[in-house]
Amino acid sequence: MDFLAEHQPELLPGNRQLPPVKGTIEAPHGTTIVAVTFPGGVVLAGDRRATMGNVIAQRDIEKVFPADEYSAVGIAGTAGIAVEMVKLFQLELEHFEKVEGAQLSLEGKANRLSTMIRSNLGMAMQGLAVVPLFAGYDLDQGRGRIFSYDVTGGRSEEHGYAATGSGSLFARGSMKKLYREDLTEQDATTLVVQALYDAADEDSATGGPDVARRIYPIVTVITEDGFRRLTEDEASTIARSVLERRLEQPDGPRAALL
Amino acid sequence: MSTPFYVSPQQAMADRAEYARKGIARGRSLVVLQYADGIVFVGENPSRALHKFSEIYDRIGFAAAGKYNEYENLRIGGVRYADLRGYTYDRGDVTARGLANVYAQTLGTIFSSVGEKPYEVELVVAEVGDTPEQDQIYRLPHDGSIVDEHGSVAVGGNAEQISSYLDQRHRDGMSLAEALQLAVQALSRDTNGTQREIPAERLEVAVLDRTRPQKRKFKRITGAQLSRLLEAGSTASEAESAKDTDGT
Repeated sequence: MDFLAEHQPELLPGNRQLPPVKGTIEAPHGTTIVAVTFPGGVVLAGDRRATMGNVIAQRDIEKVFPADEYSAVGIAGTAGIAVEMVKLFQLELEHFEKVEGAQLSLEGKANRLSTMIRSNLGMAMQGLAVVPLFAGYDLDQGRGRIFSYDVTGGRSEEHGYAATGSGSLFARGSMKKLYREDLTEQDATTLVVQALYDAADEDSATGGPDVARRIYPIVTVITEDGFRRLTEDEASTIARSVLERRLEQPDGPRAALL
Repeated sequence: MSTPFYVSPQQAMADRAEYARKGIARGRSLVVLQYADGIVFVGENPSRALHKFSEIYDRIGFAAAGKYNEYENLRIGGVRYADLRGYTYDRGDVTARGLANVYAQTLGTIFSSVGEKPYEVELVVAEVGDTPEQDQIYRLPHDGSIVDEHGSVAVGGNAEQISSYLDQRHRDGMSLAEALQLAVQALSRDTNGTQREIPAERLEVAVLDRTRPQKRKFKRITGAQLSRLLEAGSTASEAESAKDTDGT
C-alpha cells in the first residue's frame, strides 16, 4: 500500500503512535482459531467469544474472514486491531488483483500478512497483539495450505492442522489425536468443531457452541471452487451432533492406545 | 523578438477536440449494453492480456476506447479512488456517479490545460444495481463532459453508426445471449454497411452480473462459455426471424 502510505498515512495501522501507558490496556480479545487441511482443500474455523480480562466482551463475534476468493484469515488477539488489519489485508489483495489483472500467489499473500503483523510489534509489546492464522487453497500446487504467525511477524507453514489463540494448546492436542490424512470435507468440518469444543472445555476464554442462543462456531471451507462459509444450519447440525455424542462421552472420541 | 500568433480560444479547443477524436477513431469500437440480469461489455480486441474492460469495484465496471497507456492510467487511478473510498468509509459508498465525476474532472483539466496534449480516450463507467432501473451507465468523451446513457452505448471509431444501429434494436429485458448477439452484429458492421465475421477469439466480453452471489459482480466471459453464449444467441435470433416470417 505504497499509495496509501504516501497519500493518507493516517489510515495505515502501523503509523500510529501509542501514548505511553502503564500496564496493559483492556480491550476485547479474540480467542481460538483452528485450521485443518484435507485432500482438496482446507477448513478454517473459530469460536465466537471475545473476552476482556475475565469478562465476556462479546458472545457472537466473528473472527474468520475471507481474504479473497481462495484464502481466509482467522484472528486471535486484540479484536479491534485485528479486524482493521484484516480489512486492510483484504483491500490490498483485491487492489493488487484489479490493478495487475492477476491474483497474488498464496506465498505472496502470506508474506504480506507477515509484514503487516510485524508493523504492529510496538502495540503488541503493550499487550495489543494480533496473531492470525492464514489458510488458503494454492491454485498452483492444487492443495490447501495453512500458515501460522507469531507476534513479530514470523511466518511458518503448518502441515495438517494448526491452532492459534488462548485455547490453541487444547485445540492442538485434540486435533493431534483426531487428524488423519484422508479426511473428507465433512470429516474436516466435524474435526474443527470437536477441537473448538475441547478448547472451550479447558480454556475459559473460548466459547463452546451456545445452543440456547443459537450461536455456533464459524466454519469456512476453501477448495478449488473458492471460499465458502457454512450456513448457520450446516454449522448447527455439526455442532449439535458433536454435542449429542458428548452427552454420552463428555471427553469426546477416544483415540486408540497403540 | 517574434510576435506569437493569435489563436482564438474557439479555434484552439476545436483543434484539440479534432486531435482527440482522430486518436479515438483509430481504435476499435466497443459497446456496453444492459440486459435482464446486468450489463454486458463487448469489444473487438486481438490481445488477451491488454484489456479494454476491467473491474473497478464491487458493482462498477470500466470500458475504454483510444490510447492504451492513457486509459490504463485512468483505470488505475479509478481503482485507487474506489478502493480508498471503500476502505475509508464503506463499500456501499463507492458509486459510479462519484467515479464518473472524478474522471470528468481529470479529463476536463487535461483537455483544457495548454501545456498538455489532450487524452485520446473515451470512457464508459457502468454500475449494476439491484434492478435494471437502478443500473447506471455514464459515457465520458475526451473533453471531460458526462453523458448519462440508458440501454446501450457505443464508443470508439465507428461509434455513431453503431449506436444508432443499437438504439433501433435494443430493448429492455434481453437475455445475455441475445444482448451479446446484438452487440456482435453491431460491431461487425463496417462503415460501408457490409458485414464481416468477428471470430470468438478476437472478442473481449465481460459482464456485471447482478445475480452473482459474490460482492464483486464483475466477471470476464471467455473460452467455452463465450462460444456457448454466441451459439445460443445465433439459434435464438434464427428462431425469431423464422417466427417473423411465419407471422407475415
